[in-house]
Amino acid sequence: MAKIELTRSPLIKNVMKSRYPQLAVFIVMLVGYIFAILAGLIGTPVGSHNFSIVFVWIAWWAVLILVAVPFFGRGWCAVCPIPLPGEWLQRGAVLSPPEKRPKWLNLRVPKMFRNIWLQNISFLLLALFSSVLLTTPNITGIVLTAMLFAAIGLSTIFERRAFCRYLCPVGGFIGLYSQVAPIELRIKDKQICVKCEGKPCYNGSQAGYGCPWDVFPGGLAKNTYCGLCMECIRTCPHDNIAINLRSFSADLARPSTRMDEAFKAFIMLGSAMIYAGVLLGPWGVFKDAAYNVGTSAWFVYAIIFLSIIFVILPGFFTLGILRTKSALPLKQRFASLATALIPLGLMFWVAFSLSFVLTNASYILAALSDPLGLGWNLFGTANATWQPMLTSILAPAQTLALVGGLIWSARTAQKAADEVKISSIPVIVYCLIVTSVMLWLLL
Amino acid sequence: MNPRFSLLLFVMAGLVVAFAPLPVPTIAPQERTIQMDARQFAYSPSELKVNLGDTVTIQLLSTDVVHGLYVDGYDVSIEADPGQTATLTFIADKPGSFRFRCNVTCGAMHPFMIGKITVGSNNWFFRSIGLATLAIVGVVVSTKQKA
Repeated sequence: MAKIELTRSPLIKNVMKSRYPQLAVFIVMLVGYIFAILAGLIGTPVGSHNFSIVFVWIAWWAVLILVAVPFFGRGWCAVCPIPLPGEWLQRGAVLSPPEKRPKWLNLRVPKMFRNIWLQNISFLLLALFSSVLLTTPNITGIVLTAMLFAAIGLSTIFERRAFCRYLCPVGGFIGLYSQVAPIELRIKDKQICVKCEGKPCYNGSQAGYGCPWDVFPGGLAKNTYCGLCMECIRTCPHDNIAINLRSFSADLARPSTRMDEAFKAFIMLGSAMIYAGVLLGPWGVFKDAAYNVGTSAWFVYAIIFLSIIFVILPGFFTLGILRTKSALPLKQRFASLATALIPLGLMFWVAFSLSFVLTNASYILAALSDPLGLGWNLFGTANATWQPMLTSILAPAQTLALVGGLIWSARTAQKAADEVKISSIPVIVYCLIVTSVMLWLLL
Repeated sequence: MNPRFSLLLFVMAGLVVAFAPLPVPTIAPQERTIQMDARQFAYSPSELKVNLGDTVTIQLLSTDVVHGLYVDGYDVSIEADPGQTATLTFIADKPGSFRFRCNVTCGAMHPFMIGKITVGSNNWFFRSIGLATLAIVGVVVSTKQKA
C-alpha cells in the first residue's frame, strides 16, 4: 500500500500545527486524570463502583488496547496528561516557547539508561501487583499520583520527557506495538534535513520546542520512540514533516536488533498469557496467590511470573532458533526474530481484553452516575445492573484475534528471517505453540 | 498452483474447520446435582463437566460473604447469602465451554471470581486449534509458492 500523506489536508495540518486543539484535549485528560486520582483516594473502596478502577482499567484500557494502539500507535501518548505538569514547569510555559526559560538542571539522561530496560522493569513491577492495582481504588490512586510526580520530578532534573521516554510503564509497550499501527510521522525529504541549519525540530526554535522525545525526526525509521506530540511539525521551517497513512506493521519489515526491545516483546506476550490464566481462569489458588501480596504464595507467584517471562518463553524461543544455520551471532538472531512476536503479543492482549472489557463494561454506566460511590445519581444510571455484553460472540472474536495475530506474526517471522537469512520455521512453530496455549487459557 | 486458487482453498478449508457439523455423542441426558462452595474469590469445584442435555442443579453454598453465580451464554443466575445455600437448575442445552462468575460485588477480586463449565466437549477450542494450524500451513505454502 502506498503511503497517503494526511497532512496534505490543510484542515488536518492546521489542527496539528495549532497548539489549541491539543491543549483542549490535554485539559480534559488532565482533569479526568486528577479526578481518577481523587476518586481512587477518597471514593468508595469497592472497585467496581469507583471511577478510578472503572474508567482507568476498563474504559481507558479498552480504548487503548482495542483502538488507540492498533490503529493510532502512540496516539495515546499524544494526549496523555501525565507529563503535562512537569513539561509546563520545565518549559516555563503552557503554549509557545517563552522569552526566558526557567533554569532547571536540564541534564541529559545517562547513557546506560537510554533504553527501555527501566520501562520493562516498571511494567513488571506493576504487573506483579496488578491483581491489587486493578481492583483496589486507593492503590490505583497512589500509582497514578506517583506517576504524575515521577514525571514532574524527572522534568526538573533531566531534559525533555525523560519519564515518557525511559520510565513510563505504559509507554514502553505502546512504543513496541505502535510499530504495527497504520499511521506514522516521518520526514518527506531527507536531503532537506541534511542541509537544514540548526535542526530546530530537535533543538527547538521560537516556533516550538525541540523534540520532547529526544528523537531527531530526520533519522526516524520506526514509530517506537516518536510520541506524536506534533512539536516537529510546528518547528520545521521547511514544511518537511508529514503524518502518513501506511500499511499495518510497516515498521516490522526492519527487525529490531536491541535486546531491551526483544525482551519487551516477551514481557508483553508472557504477561497476557499469565493474566489470561490467573485473572480469567477458574483456578482460585492462582488468584489468591496473585492478590495476597507479601505472602509466601505471592512470592512463589512472582517467581513463576518472572520465570515464565525471562526463562521459559525466551528459553524455548532460543532453543528453537539455536540450530538455525546462520553466520550471525545468536544474540542478534534472537533480537531480530523476536520482532515476529510483536503482532502476536498485541493480539494476545486484544483477546484477553475483549473478555475482561465485555464482561465488565456495564460498570461504566453506574460509575458515570456515581463516580465516587457516594450514592449520587448524576445521569440516572447509578443503579444500572451488571450484565456481561456480547458473550455469545466472545469466543469466536478471541479466536479471530489470536489466529489473525498468528498469521500476522508468521508473515513477520518470514520477513525477519529473510533479513537475517535464516529459516523462519522454528519461530512460526513457536508462535503456533504459544497461540495454542493462549487458546486453551481463554476458551 | 495459482496463489489465488490456493488462498480460496485455504479459506474454504477454514470455513469447514470452523463450521462443519460434528457428530454429537448419544449419551442419555441425566440429572446432575453439584454442590459448590463459594468463597472470596473462588468456587469449589471451579471446573464442571456435564453432558449435552443434562439437567444441572447447582447448590451454591456461600462460606463468607454474599456471592452469586452467573453462567455466561445461558444468562441464568443465583445469589447465596453467607452460610446459606441457593439452588440453580438449568438444562445444559448449549454445547461448549462457558465461564460462570460471581454477579454480586463480593470484594476486591470480585470481577475475577470465575469458574468454567464445559457442556459436552469444548469443540470450539479444537476448531480454533485446527484453524491456527491451517493458517500456519497456509502461510508457509503461500510463501513457498511465491518463491
